[in-house]
Amino acid sequence: MAYSDKVIDHYNNPRNVGSLDKNSTDVGTGLVGAPECGDVMKLQIKVNPQTNVIEDAKFKTFGCGSAIASSSLATEWVKGRTIDEALDIKNTEIVKELSLPPVKIHCSVLAEDAIRAAIHDWKKKNADKPATVEAAK
Amino acid sequence: MSTDVKTPPQEQHVAPEGIKLPIYMDNHATTPVDPRVLEEMLPYFTDRFGNAASRNHPFGWVAEEGVENARERIAKLIGATPKEIIFTSGATESDNLAIKGVAEMYKQKGNHIITAVTEHKAVLDTCKRLEKYGYRVTYLPVQKDGLVDLDDLKRAMDDKTILVTIMAANNEIGVLQPVEEIGKLCHERGVVFHSDATQAVGKVPVDVIKQNIDVMSISAHKMYGPKGVGALYVRRKNPRVQVSPIIDGGGHERGMRSGTLNVPGIVGLGKACAIATEEMPREACHLAGLRNRLKDRIMGNLDEVYINGSMEHRLPGNLNISFAYVEGESLLMGINDVAVSSGSACTSATLEPSYVLKALGTGDDLAHSSIRFGIGRFNTEAEVDYVADRVVETVQRLRELSPLYEMAKEGIDLKSVKWAAE
Repeated sequence: MAYSDKVIDHYNNPRNVGSLDKNSTDVGTGLVGAPECGDVMKLQIKVNPQTNVIEDAKFKTFGCGSAIASSSLATEWVKGRTIDEALDIKNTEIVKELSLPPVKIHCSVLAEDAIRAAIHDWKKKNADKPATVEAAK
Repeated sequence: MSTDVKTPPQEQHVAPEGIKLPIYMDNHATTPVDPRVLEEMLPYFTDRFGNAASRNHPFGWVAEEGVENARERIAKLIGATPKEIIFTSGATESDNLAIKGVAEMYKQKGNHIITAVTEHKAVLDTCKRLEKYGYRVTYLPVQKDGLVDLDDLKRAMDDKTILVTIMAANNEIGVLQPVEEIGKLCHERGVVFHSDATQAVGKVPVDVIKQNIDVMSISAHKMYGPKGVGALYVRRKNPRVQVSPIIDGGGHERGMRSGTLNVPGIVGLGKACAIATEEMPREACHLAGLRNRLKDRIMGNLDEVYINGSMEHRLPGNLNISFAYVEGESLLMGINDVAVSSGSACTSATLEPSYVLKALGTGDDLAHSSIRFGIGRFNTEAEVDYVADRVVETVQRLRELSPLYEMAKEGIDLKSVKWAAE
C-alpha cells in the first residue's frame, strides 16, 4: 500500500511527541484503543485555566503509520484552539488532510476519540471549580 | 513535569559499500529466478516451443524431452520416481488436487479429513469447501512451538478418516512438522498422508519414502524457479494412491491434470530441483548461519523481543519475531528499504492479525508486532548486518513513540489496564 506524502512526513517527523504530567490539574489525558487491536493512542492537552485555550499537546502512539500520522496531526490542530473549538475537529477532516484510504479511516476515528477523551479528562478534573472563564470576568 | 521526546527525523539511508538497496529478505513470499534456471528455460520459449503432447513431430518430441528430464530431476530431489510427478500451475493447485482428489477417490471408504490450524489457506479453504459437501474436517491445534502433537493426531483418527494433510514447513514461522512420524501413523491405519511441502522442498531434505509421504505439493517459485508452475507427487506403490482429477480436458499427466504443459516453467522447476540436489547441504548451513547472525544482532541490541515458533525445528532461512510495544506495519514503514513481511492486521487483507501466530498462543498484541524475515540464496552477510541495524534503530525510535513502552517502563501491567474500546 502506498502512503500519502503527508502520512510519510508525519511518520518521519512526528510533531509533539512526548508526555505531559498526567497528575497536573491543567492537563487532560486521553488513552484510547487497545493493544489487541493494534492501535493505542495517548493524547494529552495542557489547558490555560483562564482562557480554556489548549496551550500544549503531546502524543504517543502504538500503531501503523496512519495512526501515528493521525495523532501527530491531531496535536498540531488542537494547539491554540479552545476546548470547544477542539471538540469540533472531525475525523473526516483528518482523513482528508492525510488522504487516508478507507481501511485506515479507523485511525482518524481513534484520533478524534483521543482528543475527546483528553478533553473529557480535563473537564472531569476541573469540574468542581467554577467555570474559570466566568470567574475571570 | 513534561517530557519531550526528540525523535530524530528518519533519514534517507545511504547504502553501505557492497549493498544494493532495497534489500529483498522475503523469500517465503517468493524467490528470484536463479540465473542458471532462467538460462535453461529460455530456449523453450523460442526454438523449443513445441507442445509436449504433440507426439508426431520433432517440435513435440523436444518439448517432451525437456519435460521428462525435469520430471526426473524433481523425482530425484524428493526420493520419488518420475511417474509419480504430476505437473500443476503451482502449490495452490497441487493442494486442491491432492485434497479434493483424495476426498473424491476415497469417499466410499470414509469422509473424515484431518488437518492443522496453521496450514496455508490453500489447504484450509479447500477443507472448508469439502465440509459443505458433507466431509467432516478436524482442525488440529498446535503446541506453543508450532508443532502438531502426535497424540492429538492419534486421537483424532477414526475409522472414517481417509486423509491427513499436514504441511512440512510453515510459511510464516518456518516450523517443520514431524512429517515422518505423522506419515507412519497414517500408514499404520491405511490413511492417505498429504503434505504441503511448498516451503520445505529445496530447503531441507525431503524424502517421500523415508518420511512416509503419499501425496506432496511442490512449488517452483519458492525455490528459485519461475512462478505459475508446481508439481504434485502421488505415490504409486506401498501403497498405491490415486487422486481424482479436478480439471477435465485432454487427459494430460495420465489423466490426473489436463491442460497443455507449461514447458518452460517445468524445465525451470526441474533445473531448480537439480541445483537444490547439489547445493542444499551447503546452502542450508550458510542460511542458518546468516539467520542466527540476524537473530543475535537484533536480540543483542533490543529487549523484549520474542521468537515465534520452535528454533530447533525450523527452516534455516526463517526468523519470525515480535517486537513488543511496536506495531508491525509501522516498523515495516521505518525499514522501507528492506522487504520483509509482518503478521500485523494492518498488513493483511482481512484486518485480522496472523492466524498462525494466534494458534501458537501468541497474544494479538504480539501478533501485531511480528516480522517475518526470509533469508535466501542471494542474501549476504553485509545485508544481514544492515537489516539488523535498521530494525534495531527503527524499533528504538518507535518505542520512544509508543505509549505502551512508556507504561511498561513505569511498571504498569498492560494486561491489567482496562482499554477503552475503539
